[in-house]
Amino acid sequence: MWSALTILFLGLFGLFLLYPLFGILKQSVMSDEGTFTLAQFSRFFSKPYYSRTIINSFKVTVAITLTTLLIGIPFSYFYSFYRLKGAKVLFVISVLNCMSAPFIGAYSWILLLGRSGVITLFLKNVFNIEIGNIYGFKGILLVQSLKLYPLVFIYMNGAFKNIDSSLMEVSANLGCVGLKRFFRVIMGLSMPTILAASLLVFMRAFADFGTPLLIGEGYRTFPVEIYNQYLGDVGTDYNFAAAISVIAILFTAAIFFIQKWATSKFQFSMNAMNPIEKKPAKGVRGALMYCYTYLLTAIGFLPQIYVVYLSFRNSEMVRFKEGYSLSSYRLAVDKLLVRSINNTMILGLGALAIIIVFSILIAYLVVRRSNFANQAIDTFSMLPYILPGSVIGVAMVVAFSKPPIVLTGTMGIMIISFVIRRMPYSIRSANATLMQIPLSIEEASISLGTSKLKTFVQITVPMMGNGIVSGAILSWVAIVTELSSSIILYNNRNITLTMSTYVAISRGSYGIACVFSAVLTLLTTLSLVLYLVISKTEDIAL
Amino acid sequence: MRESITIRHAFKKYGDAVIIPDLSLEIKEGEFFTLLGPSGCGKTTLLRMIAGFNTIEGGDFFFNERRVNDIDPAKRNIGMVFQNYAIFPHLSVRKNVEFGLKNRKLSKEEITSRATEYLALMQISELAERMPAQLSGGQQQRVALARALCIQPSVLLMDEPLSNLDAKLRIEMRTVIKNIQNSVGITTVYVTHDQEEAMAVSDRIAVMKDGVIQHIGTPKNIYQRPANLFVSSFIGRSNMFKGELVVRNKECFFSYEGHEVPMNNIRKEQRKSQQVIASVRPEELIMVDADQPGIDSVVDDCIFLGLNTHYFVHLRNGEKVESIQESTIDNTVEKGRHIRLTLNTAKINLFTADGSQNILEGVRNDLHTIDPEGRTV
Repeated sequence: MWSALTILFLGLFGLFLLYPLFGILKQSVMSDEGTFTLAQFSRFFSKPYYSRTIINSFKVTVAITLTTLLIGIPFSYFYSFYRLKGAKVLFVISVLNCMSAPFIGAYSWILLLGRSGVITLFLKNVFNIEIGNIYGFKGILLVQSLKLYPLVFIYMNGAFKNIDSSLMEVSANLGCVGLKRFFRVIMGLSMPTILAASLLVFMRAFADFGTPLLIGEGYRTFPVEIYNQYLGDVGTDYNFAAAISVIAILFTAAIFFIQKWATSKFQFSMNAMNPIEKKPAKGVRGALMYCYTYLLTAIGFLPQIYVVYLSFRNSEMVRFKEGYSLSSYRLAVDKLLVRSINNTMILGLGALAIIIVFSILIAYLVVRRSNFANQAIDTFSMLPYILPGSVIGVAMVVAFSKPPIVLTGTMGIMIISFVIRRMPYSIRSANATLMQIPLSIEEASISLGTSKLKTFVQITVPMMGNGIVSGAILSWVAIVTELSSSIILYNNRNITLTMSTYVAISRGSYGIACVFSAVLTLLTTLSLVLYLVISKTEDIAL
Repeated sequence: MRESITIRHAFKKYGDAVIIPDLSLEIKEGEFFTLLGPSGCGKTTLLRMIAGFNTIEGGDFFFNERRVNDIDPAKRNIGMVFQNYAIFPHLSVRKNVEFGLKNRKLSKEEITSRATEYLALMQISELAERMPAQLSGGQQQRVALARALCIQPSVLLMDEPLSNLDAKLRIEMRTVIKNIQNSVGITTVYVTHDQEEAMAVSDRIAVMKDGVIQHIGTPKNIYQRPANLFVSSFIGRSNMFKGELVVRNKECFFSYEGHEVPMNNIRKEQRKSQQVIASVRPEELIMVDADQPGIDSVVDDCIFLGLNTHYFVHLRNGEKVESIQESTIDNTVEKGRHIRLTLNTAKINLFTADGSQNILEGVRNDLHTIDPEGRTV
């Protein structure tokens, strides 16, 4: 029965992951006449207009990664080592910030700081200060740093919590305190986590599509370029888009392996018997800590608050007018609001159900029935981790737009892409959970006369349950706010909330866009509150 | 239902590594039988073969007349207690205990009453509705026992059940285990590396090394007349003296460092002059004044432990030995004092020079009562 599952999963991965990827690879090296050519690649690297996109992406991503570390680590340090009032609020809002839909930040910051943004105009009219252009590199950096620093924050909290207080005491004993201790001991102990968080931020920022699309303007990044080559207004070129995708995959794979190599230099694990006791934040230093943490959280949260606020304002296309009403909501209902919500629910829950069931089964195969085939499944399941969303979108279209299998434009293809994108994370956490469960628990059940299958259902699955459910809610949020692959796969029938928001922005219906964003924000907020209630922990597995 | 366990020519390997080359064993019904040995000796492997969690590469395993080699572990009717207790953390204490009963065709009332009965037997009735996370190690252990026993298994298997407990609780729980086993009367196989624990609970002990059973016997037997040098050194502490067996006028003497003691319990076929190794437990070394006959030695250190005093002593040949004497009010021997040591000849054991066998009378090793066909003779 388990062998049948192994074969089933190998088949599914083959059909929905390897086959599409192979399709992309094939298309990237095929000329119009159907012969082998590397013309697309030489075109990419010989024309700076194109090769710049990768360099641009790389530059801004590195800047974002460093910035998030720079602001996220102190934040986490203050949070983990000092007793701050309202710490719970700081935590929840930070998580909300990084869980928001990918372009709400960009969109909202444009409305705040853009050419005719409220803050821009206010500063100009009252103080006659020009804040300059926030589009391009600066804009992407601002928006993404504020969105992604919580990842560093959450990761580092976990690392700091595992530092045993005796390590702090022994280092004080040896004369190493204050800043010196922070850099030499605390940072050293957290290095594996810092690397892990860096990779996560890097991958997210590098593959991000919504932010550069809205605020990037002339600063062209590669996910946007793939999209333009595929579905752009002027001159689409499928082969070229495929070639850029292949280059992107090679690039992210290289980053992934470099990070793995770097992490292997820090092979140690910690588990604090005596976690560090939080000190009260007092005096000037305390005040500064409060300023820093609350200000950062508030600035990060501002975009979401602002779009919710704007959704109640009167508006006419790109202009917001005086007075408040629900007119934007009424207009949004005409513009597929109900269908978008329905689709989002159906697609999200559908994908989620598949992810949960598959993750549990795959984790069981990989951890409890390890063999060559199941290890292969494990490796395949991790592949999407290095695949940017837009590449998955393109791969889906390449594979399933023509016979034998036609899925484009269906709900099915959306679900498949959601499952592929999110499953690596669920499988990771399911694997980790299952490894924590000692084998003897299952043996105890068997020795009490329970069959293996019944043991799996009655013991293993419930014990994995908590970890799976909490992980699933995070997957749900990620699915609901997914943009980069759906933008390539959506149409009027399978449109989601995120896509509707994007369509409204691109059509200049700013009021309606704010309504969609507000609904989306509400949905993610509710999901996260649910998560925090269910999991009762702060260990969010992102 | 009490069942005996018979193992004939068990063979086990992992990859190319042979863990158990050829092992035969007979465990009587209702017996408390312990597999004792250093880590890696194959005792847990053997237990898991009995349970059905390890594959059996060769040999036959019987519960009474029933060959169980190919019977699914779920159908062997075994109760098992694990080193980490393996309590289901998502089920309450009562649900844990009822878990195995629910797989049998029993009525609801019967399940409840049986669970209640065993909860009471293990004295954890008041914990029935708690979740495992709220229990101490000792309490979890009781739950694990109740859960294993209430299905009324044919045999009870325990894999180092006490090793996760602190020293005091370990002593308390081993008494609990022994008493429960006595009152239920179930055939029990118990695995441990702690010889004191094994002696405290067992009817019989099998001492294992490298997948081979060295000695099967009662605790008293194994301690007092170990079958070979390994058993002697593994059970309790021993000083080893490499000396000579001298035969004069049909009388046997053990000679070491110029000191000779008469030995009149040597087995007939071994009554010949030969190199031997004496295994002398610390309490079998008697300290006497330097003018009495004995082995010349000097006291290096002494530790007063209340009832007894431990002396660390070195001999003229540099050999370091340990002696335990009952503490008295005024006679503590100070460091550096020259003394002599003599042997309690009724208690010491003599082994052949290669350590492979005890040459004294009175060794009882049940291993040898199993003939090559595996039948007890």
